[in-house]
Amino acid sequence: MAHAHKVKRYSGLMDWLTTVDHKKIGILYLIAGGFFFLVGGLEALLIRIQLWKPLNDFVAAHTYNELLTMHGTTMIFLAAMPIIFALMNAIVPLQIGARDVAFPFVNAIGFWTFFAGGVLLNVSWFAGGAPDAGWTSYAPLATNTFSGGHGVDYYVIGLQIAGIGTLVGGINFLATIINMRAPGMSFMRMPMFTWTAFITSALILFAFPALTVGLVAMMFDRLFGGNFFEPTNGGNAVLWEHIFWIFGHPEVYILILPAFGVISEVISTFSRKRLFGYSSMVFATVLIGFLGFMVWAHHMFTTGLGPVANALFSIATMLIAVPTGIKIFNWLFTMWGGSIKFTTANLFAIGFVPTFVMGGVTGVMLAAAPADFQYHDSYFVVAHFHYVIVGGLILGLFSGLYYWWPKMFGRVLHEGLGKLCFWTFFIGFHLTFFVQHFLGLMGMPRRVWTYLDGQGFNNLNMISTVGAFLMGVGTIVFLLNVVITSFKPRNATNDPWEDGRTLEWSIPSPAPEYNFAQTPLVRGYDAFWKEKMEGKKEMLPAEPLGSIHMPSPSILPLIMAVGLFISGLGFMYGKGDYGDGFKAFLFNNHIVAIIGLAITLACMFLRSVIDDHGFHIEPDEITGDKGVKA
Amino acid sequence: MSAHSHVDGKLPHEPEKATLEGRNKVLGFWLFLGAETVLFGTLFSAFLALRHQVGDGNPSSQELFELSTTAWATFILLTSSLTSVFAIQAMHTNKVKSMIIWLVVTVLLGLGFLALEVVEFATYVDEGHKFSTSAFSSSFYTLVGFHGAHVLFGVLWISILIAQIFKKGLTVVTAPKIYVAGIYWHFIDVVWVFIFTVVYLMGKVG
Repeated sequence: MAHAHKVKRYSGLMDWLTTVDHKKIGILYLIAGGFFFLVGGLEALLIRIQLWKPLNDFVAAHTYNELLTMHGTTMIFLAAMPIIFALMNAIVPLQIGARDVAFPFVNAIGFWTFFAGGVLLNVSWFAGGAPDAGWTSYAPLATNTFSGGHGVDYYVIGLQIAGIGTLVGGINFLATIINMRAPGMSFMRMPMFTWTAFITSALILFAFPALTVGLVAMMFDRLFGGNFFEPTNGGNAVLWEHIFWIFGHPEVYILILPAFGVISEVISTFSRKRLFGYSSMVFATVLIGFLGFMVWAHHMFTTGLGPVANALFSIATMLIAVPTGIKIFNWLFTMWGGSIKFTTANLFAIGFVPTFVMGGVTGVMLAAAPADFQYHDSYFVVAHFHYVIVGGLILGLFSGLYYWWPKMFGRVLHEGLGKLCFWTFFIGFHLTFFVQHFLGLMGMPRRVWTYLDGQGFNNLNMISTVGAFLMGVGTIVFLLNVVITSFKPRNATNDPWEDGRTLEWSIPSPAPEYNFAQTPLVRGYDAFWKEKMEGKKEMLPAEPLGSIHMPSPSILPLIMAVGLFISGLGFMYGKGDYGDGFKAFLFNNHIVAIIGLAITLACMFLRSVIDDHGFHIEPDEITGDKGVKA
Repeated sequence: MSAHSHVDGKLPHEPEKATLEGRNKVLGFWLFLGAETVLFGTLFSAFLALRHQVGDGNPSSQELFELSTTAWATFILLTSSLTSVFAIQAMHTNKVKSMIIWLVVTVLLGLGFLALEVVEFATYVDEGHKFSTSAFSSSFYTLVGFHGAHVLFGVLWISILIAQIFKKGLTVVTAPKIYVAGIYWHFIDVVWVFIFTVVYLMGKVG
């Protein structure tokens, strides 16, 4: 090219810190999300050890409160969401035939702010106590009156920073899917996983700002003497519940929809059949996304909103069972008459279906407002949401990881260990949570650190704890599988399952930096399968081989996240009493907070002023790559 | 793709949408404004839920609000929206100088609005309407303050863009930036229209 710009291409650690490549960012999300998944899992095990027998004193009551708060917060925001983003980053651009996401730089910001927020939240363990007001952090429990110390400050500010990352990630995927589809990839030819990523991103876009406002209000109340949720000065504690759940309910659909997408891909691939009722699947996904915003008050039936509100939210909630049921039957009909291969990915997908149905059924039970007065705040609710989040989302994520591992890393995970992982995790899961339905119906309240002997809770709690350890074993087997596989040669073929239907299987594993040497021409749904059925080995190109423009790597996203991290700490410790030394000057005048924000704003300034010309990958390099693979 | 795609040195008619990067930027920014709408929607809801919680002995909205000040602020900000339209029109006809002049006017009007808001807030604080006075005051300052912070950010942002235009000229790289800043400016204007209605007018009568 006449005007090739000199761009530093880093290697090693700097490559990972500066990358704007969606595939590498996907791996970063997976590593960070996986780490927090282990942390959250450890917290769950500690909770289960505490509850394995009556009147246990393994952890103190206040530690138990911290554990249950951090377990929920970590799993939702720092484990589940990032692993979803890992799969979306790794796969969505490949499925739509794009070379990159719409905003590679913003994509990196999304990862690093999530990571900074997650680390900040967990720093609380070492800074005098973790948040302990539950993952819902209800007022007035979470206000200064009842939660002194800095625990809830860490919750408020850590989630705020992590939330920025999620929001920009959502915007990025919406713009990518709308603008960057390959020629012929119409909306109704998009793979189901991409569809669910699209709808999930839309939900993120409209749900997360509500959380932002809630957290800002809570932060102002706690740090600057605000009165949003302070009843003595006219504040309204129920307002927090509304704001939290108008974000929080769409959030659970943000979590589950991508799992629906994964299951659709995996079941269709391994049944070797076109997905049954594709257009009704799309319709159901959109409808679930829409209804997801109409049901938030079903978390508040016992708050006292009155019979009219309860009835409306009750009906709206039950309505969601209809599109969900459509999906369940579509998966069953996809398997019907297919020649099913029981790979690990497919075992997780098939295990998902009945498990999720059970979670859905208890969901409809909970949606009946009068009955909910009995279930509310009992272990029945705990069992329900673990059935939909672990039995739904986590099984879906495992399925997706086994399925797309070769596309992400170039190596197929070991199938034997994979099946061991599935059976231990799956049986462990049902052992842990099935019995909790009955504990709840017998009256065991959630979020209480211990229980008395002689109430009939003992055996079921013991079973539940054993199940939790079995899930731990399943997770360790997965990690073992990852380690063992990483020592194997990187020899996965383009289409290692041999039945790949979508575009990602038409390119090498792992995908090269530029994804597609030539943008593919899409001629129908299941684009790659269609070509294979016509006897072709690869996609038709939509353009001649040419030089490919790539965005430059940048360290700015990382520094921006560090700035927010510093700023968060500065705000949190702004009201402390440090005497009258230099430290008092720095913190009490919010100078640390302002320095942190200034760092972030300076990075935004630099990004605006310095043009990113990127660099070009020339056709010789591309054909060279191809030659090696062929 | 990059600044040199217009080989003949002439800008296309809609330079902000001439490249995929530009189209992505415009679309992504509209999506971001969708998120901003929810953000302000939630702030408005919180304010509406709490606006009568004044507390004992604290000034009520009827006593506090001076409609003449906020009417001037409204007039200034709406005018700045018009001048930002003139800037975008000048951009579309490739009149760089005229575009810069209109952007400068927009920034100055934005600063005028901010000055009025600072004076207004200072007066309220003097009258005993502090951030921590009541639920009404907290939600008032958060909502109106968030908007003010958006105006401040816009003023700084557009100023940086003006400097960039001086340095780099109007290209397919800088045009989308100007364009999305224009959309942003309209958005904070629309938010102000709602603030003027819901906070000030309703606060005066209701």
